[in-house]
Amino acid sequence: MSVRTTDRTSGVPWYNDEKTRGVLYQVALLALVLFAGWWLVTNTLVNLERRQISTGFSFLWREAGFAIAEQRIHFEPTDSYARALAVGLFNTLEVSAIGIVLATLLGTVVGVARLSSNWLVARFATAYVEVVRNIPLLLQLFFWYAFITQSLPSVREALHPVPGVYLSNRGLAVPVPEFNQGQAIALIGAAIGVVVSILVARWARRRQDATGQPFPTILATLGLVVVFTLVGWLAGGAHSALSIPHKEGFGFTGGAELSPEFAALLIGLTVYTAAFIAEIVRGGVLAVAYGQTEAAMALGLRPAQVMRLILLPQSLRVIVPPMTSQYLNLFKNSTLAIAIGFRDFVSVDDTVMNQTGQAIECIALIMAVYLTVSLLISLFMNWYNTKVALRGSTR
Amino acid sequence: MKRLTTAAAALAVTVGIAGTAQAGATFDAVKARGQLVCGVHTGLAGFSAPDDKGVWAGIDVDICRAVATAMFGDGNKVKFVPLTTSNRFTALQSGEIDLLARNTTVTLTRDTTNGMNFAPVNFYDGQGFIVAKKLNVKSAKELKGATVCVQSGTTTEQNLADYFRANKMDFKPVTFEKQDEAVAAFTGGRCDVYTSDRSQLGAIRASQVKVPEDYVILPETISKEPFAAAVRHGDDQWFDLVKWSIYAMIEAEESGVTSKNVDEMAKSTDPNLQRLLGTSGGMGKALGVDDKFAYNIIKTVGNYGESFDRNLGAGSKVKLERGLNNLWKNGGLQYAIPFR
Repeated sequence: MSVRTTDRTSGVPWYNDEKTRGVLYQVALLALVLFAGWWLVTNTLVNLERRQISTGFSFLWREAGFAIAEQRIHFEPTDSYARALAVGLFNTLEVSAIGIVLATLLGTVVGVARLSSNWLVARFATAYVEVVRNIPLLLQLFFWYAFITQSLPSVREALHPVPGVYLSNRGLAVPVPEFNQGQAIALIGAAIGVVVSILVARWARRRQDATGQPFPTILATLGLVVVFTLVGWLAGGAHSALSIPHKEGFGFTGGAELSPEFAALLIGLTVYTAAFIAEIVRGGVLAVAYGQTEAAMALGLRPAQVMRLILLPQSLRVIVPPMTSQYLNLFKNSTLAIAIGFRDFVSVDDTVMNQTGQAIECIALIMAVYLTVSLLISLFMNWYNTKVALRGSTR
Repeated sequence: MKRLTTAAAALAVTVGIAGTAQAGATFDAVKARGQLVCGVHTGLAGFSAPDDKGVWAGIDVDICRAVATAMFGDGNKVKFVPLTTSNRFTALQSGEIDLLARNTTVTLTRDTTNGMNFAPVNFYDGQGFIVAKKLNVKSAKELKGATVCVQSGTTTEQNLADYFRANKMDFKPVTFEKQDEAVAAFTGGRCDVYTSDRSQLGAIRASQVKVPEDYVILPETISKEPFAAAVRHGDDQWFDLVKWSIYAMIEAEESGVTSKNVDEMAKSTDPNLQRLLGTSGGMGKALGVDDKFAYNIIKTVGNYGESFDRNLGAGSKVKLERGLNNLWKNGGLQYAIPFR
């Protein structure tokens, strides 16, 4: 009560009050942003209307009319633009996901190699990092693509190292098992194997917490998955029929094909991103004080255990946040696919934009898709980061 | 970079830099600026490409120069903006360019939902296939299962799918953003076939392969590709000027007026020639420009036949036949609407 009286008597009017002003500024700013957004949208619509350019996303359901060779989802020219874009999105996600896994593996190996006490290994790793990360990715993609298509023989003289495997400048053709019900049961078996190993891992951890007795979880998981898959395959009638590629007409029929475009993009993205990841891993390992290693050794842990139980968990705290940026970079860099003829989302969207002429909608689609997936990746990495962070840490 | 341009152009539409689309807006804007901004190909021999001195030349470039001449009496008052297949329409829609003369096929969709108006066709083309001779392919009907290199963002991709679908054949397309990359992949053996407009196949065979004799262009023409310059909807006066600048070149060839004899012809008493060359009739005034606009075009750019020969025909490296692009009198399709 007395405070209020002081306020009143101090003679500060409401519009000079610090709190009120703060709120006012925020409201004004929000209104301004909303107005700018509204103005942009309506102005666009009015301008497009005046020029009689069609708007809206209804074009997505029209027939696409063009073909896509690289497809994991079945696609015919009679399908809709939406389905064509889905094929492109799937290709983008596939190459990014495999690229992230491979880049992490390669990057970790190179990063650790840079710290190696072996002079030659360490220098090789340094040279790799310095060369690769200082050349623009687009040039590297052109290099890999030209390397694959120019150095490999033509289809007629395809390399044929083992029966059923052909390597040419059209890509790699390999036999694949013909899919049928038997294989489906094998897949179910594999899934059961995964579930059982998760349960076993939980039990093993609880037991170790209680008694201190370790359990070979990784070996057990491998064994369980293999055994359950094998049981499923046998239960399904043990089908072993293979679809084997053979030369026919202009190329190969049967089997599965790995295209030069996909290979070049995957190699390019992996090699490039791995150079950055190597530096992050090196920094992460160096960030753990050497006393930790000495202490672990003093406790009698073996070197592998020191790495797995002491060094890695601590360095992950340093590694994970910058690693997220690298994963996002790899995902976004995959849009360079269009330059070497790989049908990623942007490449398909480019064709759609040209056939329909609806540039604003198509660019909005690109932005929406890349923003969504990028946010999902960082969401996942942030979750993982909190998992490896120090328990009870206040930061 | 290209996508950046597209995005910038899309943003330009959004913000409305192009301003409003009142009648005469483009016409007046070009006049006030004192320069025509013309969208052309990034470099396609015969259509629009800078020559060894850096001067833009080609049959599409001649349209830009003709329109600039009609407006200002000077064919050099043009700023050329090289555009890719992907950003050409956005550039026009957003007002970044006044006129798009970039070997663009006229289609119903482009005429309507893309908000463009197409001038008279300045080149009749059609899509074909080129293959290596050693494959021993005689007809496109034998291309079942072939791998086909194609440039993205063109009507080509759709025609290709349509043709193979209609003939119940499967194929594997490999799609590139730029023509050079697609051609390099084809000559490198990544594809069996390269498909594009026949005029381009001729240019590629003449200049982009090591031994032209090792490649054959298959006899089938699988589509109609009438190329025309385009303006955006909303300014009929501007559209009229572009249209009649092109008709002037065709009409000049029909009546035998060339850049060499135009001064003599201007003295003629033939009323048709007098109206064309502006000695009577007030045709230019009706379009809002100088009465002598056609005279100026013929004097500086030449008639349609001269432009064709210089850029695509016998006088050029591409050496195409006139074919469909001959005058109607000579068995082609080029036909000017009367100047009266």
